[in-house]
Amino acid sequence: MTVSFSMTVNGKPVKGECEDRTLLVQYLREHMGLTGTHVGCDTTQCGCCTVHIDGIPMKSCTMLAVSADGCEVTTIEGLAKDGQLHPMQDAFRENHGLQCGFCTPGMVMSAIGIVDRHRGEKLDEKTVRHELEGNICRCTGYHNIVKAVLAASEVMNKA
Amino acid sequence: MYEFNYRKAASLDEAKDLFSKGEDAKYMSGGMTLLPTLKQRLARPSDVIDLAAVPDMSGIAVTGDTVSIKARTPHAVVAANAEVKKAIPALAKLAGGIGDPMVRNRGTIGGSLANNDPAADYPAAIVGLGATIHTDRRTIAGDDFFQGLFETALEEDELIIQVDFPIPDKAGYMKFPNPASRYCIVGVMVSSKGGNVRVGVTGAGACAFRVKEMEDALKANFAAEAVEKISIPDGDLNSDIHASAEYRAHLVTVMAKRAVAEANG
Repeated sequence: MTVSFSMTVNGKPVKGECEDRTLLVQYLREHMGLTGTHVGCDTTQCGCCTVHIDGIPMKSCTMLAVSADGCEVTTIEGLAKDGQLHPMQDAFRENHGLQCGFCTPGMVMSAIGIVDRHRGEKLDEKTVRHELEGNICRCTGYHNIVKAVLAASEVMNKA
Repeated sequence: MYEFNYRKAASLDEAKDLFSKGEDAKYMSGGMTLLPTLKQRLARPSDVIDLAAVPDMSGIAVTGDTVSIKARTPHAVVAANAEVKKAIPALAKLAGGIGDPMVRNRGTIGGSLANNDPAADYPAAIVGLGATIHTDRRTIAGDDFFQGLFETALEEDELIIQVDFPIPDKAGYMKFPNPASRYCIVGVMVSSKGGNVRVGVTGAGACAFRVKEMEDALKANFAAEAVEKISIPDGDLNSDIHASAEYRAHLVTVMAKRAVAEANG
């Protein structure tokens, strides 16, 4: 069966049609060409597919596209504004918070969620490491990722 | 994933109606277990009935001596709720330790309980705090709810509406998580209320259970030492690649001890 739905993706209204069983990540990547959102494990464990649904980080590989009906979806492609990287993206670049880069889109999306959950607080390394539990990186050993999140939280909390 | 028909219910009645019309329908709350199951082709429902649009299914109320959590309340909301943190800190802690942040943002208490994964966290709170489960047709005592591996007292089309947790005098929750999935290898919720003690265990057996011997010992002396020499038989416990039954039995004692220490602050 085909289902239709409407949602907002990176600020633009989208009217979509797909199979009932199409996952949101498939819809974003294969129907919309937004391949910045990755599929790492396909078993809901690695966090590479993290996007924001109404501002909250969720796994787009564990959500049906049709379930996003009426929602605002933000992907990694939607973060930079007017050619300026989001402070989290910038901090990952400045701190070399990536090596192969495969997990990076999910890392950035869930790291923004960490800063959002602790608005106005001074984030510490322990909290960041604990809350990055849902994102798996096989290259970096997380060290520079944690540094990047801490640096971005300073910038984001000032904004 | 096999094909299915997606149905979005706008009310409880519509959900049940859609369920009865489907050949082999399944309800979906957050989908944090159902969708991974479907992706691995471990289930093949004819219809997936999404409960996301049913109104008034999410929210928390703390009144007098009860914390009431509606079925579609996500774990992250329970974990961050200031009133829950104050009334039953061990429950907020439990909710904040389920899966990972993204799972907690979408997974719900009702979905977790209806699924009754042997390694899920919430069942320990249901039996360890003596909760009551309200469904669309009746009230089920927490002690009677879990009946076996992925088996509950719920009828085929029955829906959880709300869970009521009595506020204990003190409670503690400790789990030994699987490092990859964060599911419980063993989790223990210990609580004391007006001289009554409960020890609820998840992860160790086919479904959550109480440990009477520990409860009796804690009634006499609510201290970590009271349980340290009590071991449970490993005969019926789960045994898998992650932990043998013998190891799980050992962990029950260790987690119970730590949970009591936490309850005593």
